[in-house]
Amino acid sequence: MPFERIKFYQTGSFAAGNRLLPEDLRSVQSSPARSNTLTCGHRACQGCGEALGARYALDAAMRATKGKLIAVNATGCLEVFSTPFPETSWQIAWLHSLFGNAPAVASGVGAALKAMGRTDIRVVAQGGDGGTVDIGMACLSGMFERNDDVLYICYDNQAYMNTGVQRSGATPSAARTATTPAVGPEPGNTFGQGKNVPFIAMAHEIPYVATATVADLRDLEYKVTRAMDFHGARYLHILVPCPLGWGSSPADTIKVARLATESGLFPVFEAEGGEVVAASPIRHRVPVTDYLRLQTRYAHLFRPEERTEVIARIQASADRNIARFGLLGNQETDHPERIRLTPALQYDSPGEG
Amino acid sequence: MLKQIEGSRAVAEAVATCRPQVICAYPITPQTHIVEALGALVKKEELNAVFMNVESEFAAMSAVIGASAAGARAYTATASQGLLYMSEAVYNAAGLGLPVVMTVANRAIGAPINIWNDHSDAMSQRDAGWIQLYAETNQEAADLHIQAFRIAEELSNPVMVCMDGFLLTHASERVDLPGQEQVDGFLPPYEPRQVLDPQDPVSIGAMVGPEAFTEVRFLAAERMRQALELIPAVAADFAGQFGRPGGGLVRPYRTEDAELIVVALGSVLGTIQDAVDELRDDGIRAGALGITTFRPFPAQAVRETLDGGHRLRRLVVIERALAPGSGGIVTADVRGAISAPDGRPPHPADTIISTVVAGLGGRAVTRKSLRAMLTSAARGDLPPFSFLDLRQDLVESELARIRAARRSGPSAENILRHLSVTGIG
Repeated sequence: MPFERIKFYQTGSFAAGNRLLPEDLRSVQSSPARSNTLTCGHRACQGCGEALGARYALDAAMRATKGKLIAVNATGCLEVFSTPFPETSWQIAWLHSLFGNAPAVASGVGAALKAMGRTDIRVVAQGGDGGTVDIGMACLSGMFERNDDVLYICYDNQAYMNTGVQRSGATPSAARTATTPAVGPEPGNTFGQGKNVPFIAMAHEIPYVATATVADLRDLEYKVTRAMDFHGARYLHILVPCPLGWGSSPADTIKVARLATESGLFPVFEAEGGEVVAASPIRHRVPVTDYLRLQTRYAHLFRPEERTEVIARIQASADRNIARFGLLGNQETDHPERIRLTPALQYDSPGEG
Repeated sequence: MLKQIEGSRAVAEAVATCRPQVICAYPITPQTHIVEALGALVKKEELNAVFMNVESEFAAMSAVIGASAAGARAYTATASQGLLYMSEAVYNAAGLGLPVVMTVANRAIGAPINIWNDHSDAMSQRDAGWIQLYAETNQEAADLHIQAFRIAEELSNPVMVCMDGFLLTHASERVDLPGQEQVDGFLPPYEPRQVLDPQDPVSIGAMVGPEAFTEVRFLAAERMRQALELIPAVAADFAGQFGRPGGGLVRPYRTEDAELIVVALGSVLGTIQDAVDELRDDGIRAGALGITTFRPFPAQAVRETLDGGHRLRRLVVIERALAPGSGGIVTADVRGAISAPDGRPPHPADTIISTVVAGLGGRAVTRKSLRAMLTSAARGDLPPFSFLDLRQDLVESELARIRAARRSGPSAENILRHLSVTGIG
């Protein structure tokens, strides 16, 4: 019988997609049996991209490991909003030690599991951009270099949000933060060289490196699942908009994340053994201004007058990403195959009986 | 088994018999020989453990935190700058109540950089929440590690075993190393109080605010109170099983009728005991009090030793670390122990306490100097605060230089230049 291939192409939410899919291709999040690793009741802000990203990522990791997972958390928003005493939102064995040591703590957990013959249990470490690209960099690099069996996930919201939106090494050029205020002749963050941690991870030639955003649930779940296929050090860098710090509407978190990729500012790709093996093509290319205008951290680029030179520099960096990763691909802008579908794995998670 | 063996090697072999499952290390003099020996034992598969070479001391302590929380017996070793670099994680391990054992091969803290022995490093972490044990000999260093794992795991609190860098770590002495069966009989397998278990998930390291932080800290104080009871009990059990003393809270030496008592920690106690014997020969009723457990501070045991019914007149506290601006760290604790315990007036009321800073950055504490200093203490000539064997000429010439010119330059370099010009040292 002839059939018509359905193209999943949505500009809004991906939630509807599951209804159109066979059951075994539905997302982890759509499953009532998902582990809800980060469950409800936590204290994240409305529209928090990090809360969303952490739930997506860890639920996928829990499914991939059949619930045999231990999480190590760096200090930061995620740690603070999830565990205000005497409550915890974590339905997973979870350890928080310090701000800058999550990769090393996770390595230690992995070493213990190895010593105890429990390598069936896997380890994930997670932190924000401050805990990853700045204060945790040495421990992260050490974990990579030793190729310890840890998946490290960076939830990148591009500043120290937990302490009140101060600049981090991941804060983009021209963005306003509490320590790069929008005052003076060159308002906002300086144009530095950036610190591209996915590239730094690739330079260690670890088995798997990928980027993702909360705008693409399936891609994110695929990458976590894929990461769990590998042993050794793995790195996943997830862009998670922060309404508070970015000055975007809580309702626009997914939209802002999508525009970050569609503009080319945040390339979504994966790499194995230090080589890029895939990049998600841009489907509807947009100018960076579409992305910037939604965020008050860039308001000074548009008021009182448009700072065209600064915007041009930001556009140039987006263009560079597009060229570097071939993000316009073969111009098949509506192809669904990049929306990777991962068959659901059968497993019983703890607590599901 | 009796061996003529280097202190570091003896400690490594003692630690190995404790069956650590994860060993983490970052090299720093004078700790290196310990972790090198352990690494070799793991590599030769004589010790079934995971040996992690990490990128810093901060990572070393962090990794043993993770390993301990995952249910493994975990060990690391460091010294000096390394201990300071891991300091944040040192506090964290104690705050989390993880029974990690760490050797500190005591060494000075820079600047000026100095690789030789004093107690500046461990003293800087005295309030981190770790139990601190100080070894007098290499035999005791080995024995303390075996006791340390048991104390740590019974209390779920980390233990730091301090041994003097070079003086102990690099000294070859006769050490009786226990066999595996003996240690297995003394140290049961690790049963964690809290563990990361996917089958029974808990959150370890949650945030605690004003509503309960005080209570969590109270429990840390309570663990230390329990440690004061447990440490002597473990030492007694050790003595019973291994047939030799070691560990415990304090070690008095000829204190029963003493009118002059020297208080000290670590390997300097051997020299002090020799000096005490000489003073006794001179007719001075001297004694020594070694403090084996510095944290928790055994105030009652110190008080009882110094208050033995005799009339103690003079107390000399040897400080192997300087607390600039306050003087002596050990002195403060000793003074607290004998002053107004339980609201009673100080006893003996007229005890004179002198602080003597000695053996900084590897300067030898000789029997001759000790004897001269203690003789002067017995005469009543010792000032309340002094440095043993201070080169007064060097200090005065540098002070003069500082007075003479605004840009007097770096003092350490000036003093070294002065030494080479005068051809001394």
